[in-house]
Amino acid sequence: MRIGVFICHCGSNIGGTVDCAKVAEIARGFPDVVYADDPMYTCAEPGQAAIEAAIHEHRLDGVVVASCTPRMHEPTFRRTVERAGLNRYMFEMANIREHVSWIGRDKEANTNKAAELVRLAVEKLRNNKPLAAKSFDVTKKVLVIGGGVAGIQAALDCADGGVPVILVEREATIGGKMAKLDKTFPTVDCSACILGPKMVDVAQHPNITLYAYSEVEDISGYVGNFTVKIRKRATYVDWSKCTGCGACTEKCPSKKTPDAFNEFTGPTTAITIAFPQAIPKKAVINAAHCRQFVKGKCGVCAKICPTGAISYDMQDEIVTEEVGSIVAATGYDLMDWTVYEEYGGGRYPDVITSLQYERIMSASGPTGGHIVRPSDGREPQKVVFIQCVGSRDRSVGRPYCSGFCCMYTAKQAVLTKDHIPNSQSYVFYMDIRAPGKMYDEFTRRAVEEYGTEYIRGRVSSIYPDGNGQYVVMGVDTLLGEPVEIRADLVVLAVGIEASKGSPQLAEKLRISYDHYGFFMESHVKLKPVETNTAGVFLAGVCQGAKDIPASVAQGSAAAAKVLALFARDKLESDPQIAQVDIRRCVNCGKCIRCCPFGAIKEVEIRGEGKAQVIETVCQGCGLCTATCPQGAIQLSHATDNQILAEVNALCQC
Amino acid sequence: MNDAINLSRMRDAAFTAEVEAQSGQNVSTCYQCGNCTAGCPAGFVYDRQVNQIMRGVQLGLKDEVLNSRSIWMCLSCSTCSLRCPNNIDVAAVMETLRHMARKEGRVAVPKVEKFWFSFLDTVRAFGRTYEIGTMALYMMRSLRLFTDLDLAPEALKKKKLGFRPHVIPGGADAVARIMQRYKERAKREGVRP
Amino acid sequence: MKFAYYPGCSAKGSSADYEKSTQAVCAALGIHLEELPGWNCCGSTPAHAVDTELSAALCARNLDIAAREQAETVLTPCPSCLSNLRHAAKRMENPQFRARVDELLDTPAAAHFPEVTSVMQGIARVYDANAIAAQVKKSLKGVRLAAYYGCLMSRPPEVMDFGDPENPTLMESLLSACGAEMVDFPLKTACCGASFGIPERVMTARNSGRILELATQLGVDAVVVACPLCQMNLDLRQKQAAKEADAFFRMPVLYFTQMMGLAFGIAPEHLGLEKLRVSADELLRKIDGAQAGEGDR
Repeated sequence: MRIGVFICHCGSNIGGTVDCAKVAEIARGFPDVVYADDPMYTCAEPGQAAIEAAIHEHRLDGVVVASCTPRMHEPTFRRTVERAGLNRYMFEMANIREHVSWIGRDKEANTNKAAELVRLAVEKLRNNKPLAAKSFDVTKKVLVIGGGVAGIQAALDCADGGVPVILVEREATIGGKMAKLDKTFPTVDCSACILGPKMVDVAQHPNITLYAYSEVEDISGYVGNFTVKIRKRATYVDWSKCTGCGACTEKCPSKKTPDAFNEFTGPTTAITIAFPQAIPKKAVINAAHCRQFVKGKCGVCAKICPTGAISYDMQDEIVTEEVGSIVAATGYDLMDWTVYEEYGGGRYPDVITSLQYERIMSASGPTGGHIVRPSDGREPQKVVFIQCVGSRDRSVGRPYCSGFCCMYTAKQAVLTKDHIPNSQSYVFYMDIRAPGKMYDEFTRRAVEEYGTEYIRGRVSSIYPDGNGQYVVMGVDTLLGEPVEIRADLVVLAVGIEASKGSPQLAEKLRISYDHYGFFMESHVKLKPVETNTAGVFLAGVCQGAKDIPASVAQGSAAAAKVLALFARDKLESDPQIAQVDIRRCVNCGKCIRCCPFGAIKEVEIRGEGKAQVIETVCQGCGLCTATCPQGAIQLSHATDNQILAEVNALCQC
Repeated sequence: MNDAINLSRMRDAAFTAEVEAQSGQNVSTCYQCGNCTAGCPAGFVYDRQVNQIMRGVQLGLKDEVLNSRSIWMCLSCSTCSLRCPNNIDVAAVMETLRHMARKEGRVAVPKVEKFWFSFLDTVRAFGRTYEIGTMALYMMRSLRLFTDLDLAPEALKKKKLGFRPHVIPGGADAVARIMQRYKERAKREGVRP
Repeated sequence: MKFAYYPGCSAKGSSADYEKSTQAVCAALGIHLEELPGWNCCGSTPAHAVDTELSAALCARNLDIAAREQAETVLTPCPSCLSNLRHAAKRMENPQFRARVDELLDTPAAAHFPEVTSVMQGIARVYDANAIAAQVKKSLKGVRLAAYYGCLMSRPPEVMDFGDPENPTLMESLLSACGAEMVDFPLKTACCGASFGIPERVMTARNSGRILELATQLGVDAVVVACPLCQMNLDLRQKQAAKEADAFFRMPVLYFTQMMGLAFGIAPEHLGLEKLRVSADELLRKIDGAQAGEGDR
């Protein structure tokens, strides 16, 4: 074998504390090394050209680069050797920056350690074999989970790109949280008016199939070939017949049904259409409150329905779809703020969430857009907004910032003044986070033009004064004094958490999620849309707090990823996967049980059960190789022989 | 020329570390939301609000903090600790500061300390609290002879306060010995008991 | 049912009525309270304000007595005593702290201390709401009460173990069982100003005033307390609070044991009701009136 070694200076990053020329010199003495050099920047164009030239000139059949972390440049150099005609797996990398030069100052010790690492890489390379990727077909259809604004955007962009879309929404209507908002910041335009047309586009797009009131039950398969089971929950209304006329909702006698869409600010009927612009505009029966279900008799809606759509004996239905890619856009929920007993723990009717306030301000809300107190229907004069309720609060296990509360609070203060000109709003805040375009200007307008009183500090407690008002005990830390306000209405900017069931969905998708249930992106800066599972992308707040523009942008970004994936007819599988030596396999099944990806199955070979790796599903994690008691599974490109060669090189002395 | 606090000169990192060690709290987690101040029932008599005391500790402003009246007026109700979003036991920090100030002989509000000692002295003598004795000692020591005089007629009429001290049956020597050992040890350790 | 009992100093002085009613109610419930022999003052606020180890030493002597008496559980009516005793027991789990405290004691304290809890929790441990209701002879039906726990009883929660530190509800459940209507009293764990009534009167006046103001506003017949110092600040110092608030209060402030005693049909003089500065006569009439009304029907 003829190996070339390149010891990168990385400017002074490595060269500053490692004698690169000496490492190259030592490397020349390693077995099979026929060439070694120490370029200044190996990843730069001249550096790569030098590698290509050396391969040709010295007839190299393997290359080692000692430089930085392989996370960034291993793909770069693999392409380099490939251009020069080598197999990309005949390349090894030694990390002498993060593992050597950045962590030690002793140049001699560093130089020795760098040489050792290069020796390991050379020994590994000597045991490498060319590997070839296999190709497989792609199902050019995408599943979008979640019909909020991020999911809508991803679905529309994919559909416009010619890709058939399956859109699954848990609620009876798409629109997500944005559909509940009255207005949006910083332009104060009507949320339903800008979202409505997009929702209609979803309904009318020939490439989009919408499953509302449905949930993802199960996902199997791999990038390009996922099989998805979707549970269509029973609505007790045959949507193929329902015209959305609303006659049933007018006549339904169960008029005290809790209204989830309106955040429980008012009652609704047991059979409902969430709101006038709902998509699909179809009725759903809430069985827990329907007299037909609870008492076994009523049937009013069935009698009144002009199309005979009511179907009390409807059952959940499971449908199966084949897709090649998945976009998760499951959004968020508000954290359970009732843990704040000092704010009444939910016992005070006029201490409400910001989302409830949106419904109260909305023309399609329970009060027709008149701001009134839930307790007595009076118009509030003094409104106190409290930010960071369940955000940046370790004591309730929510240390993170929810990102958009500062802005919507400013908007709500502005709207309060618009609705009730003689009202006075107070905002308790810790910091105003307004880094978006025209955002800071907007918060200033709330103060300067709308007279909102911003008070820097938290609120310690809220309690009813027994006289119809609420005592808000706060602090103005700028003043350095505690302050007290008698409020008519208190609006809490309640922090967000990943939507209910996120961890369970993440497990179905085989993607990671953080401590709070938010889905993990592949790289926090450079791969914000990808996940660690190929073909699964993220959009919107399910990945982390973000506002509408950012959610829309990520929806489009996810669609771009899907379209790029589907631009190819065939996909290549990574050859760094597990392989079973069937002669050694005793079919104990341990590998099948330990595989986190379901990538190993039992097959029958000549009458004997054996483990078999599903090449397209295996992620090359190596769990099975460590688990196999027979040593029957080897991970390509990290075989026992390759690893032992490295160990031997290190333990030579 | 202004009266700016010269942080490069006055910052005492050792003080911050000592407060953290004695109170068991990490004061760097305080982000100055002011919730402690917002809920403090004694804040209206403070010269510096609780969050300002916490800020002083963060900055290592030993004199500002240990000479403040606030640490003496703290009611130890621990509302601040209960509601701190960063789980800081603020009341423990306040108590630690009071202990540190006392040991150095910094007593910004002597009447409070006099009241405590009037109380503890009756405990030393009788093993149990003697309310009228505490009051009498306190009035003598603080020269506030009219303290709660308005309450006297009612209190006497209702026999609210026991006239005779309640002594531990068998004597209060054991308690006096505890107090004595405490004083002797403080003297040995060179701090004000 | 037998419990070891630590009455606390107030029981022998300013809160003799709390003591009297506690004994009467426990006797009615068949709970026997065995007073710890030779117990001493827990040191209250002054001890821990001066020095944590001194405070712990005063408490440890009592805990030690309880351990030697082989008590399983010690009950105390006073939240301040409870807080000090429980804090001391918890701190003594730290060997360095224990060694420093042992230096102050005649002999090192017992390795394990019995549990200390409140009389209120002790009662609730033996009697659930139904069992309490079965004892009621004079229902408190129609009586509106505010339960006020003060700041010490429920916090810090990890030491006191008294339910939600912001919203404890044990007193409500006991008194509801006696037939009373319990209002949602948001200031139930606010601080009354504690022992600052003597050195800094405005502190108790202002804080107690806020509590009395809200109770008055909510139209309750009485505020019910569990702490001798709270009772003194709200009752004996009620005029001072009214003056500070520029208001007029006439709010009876009773111990929960006095209220329960009334419901159990125990005579007011056996509950120490004559010690109240703000008379509870109107309240008593209301209870009797409700009884008469019941009788008529």
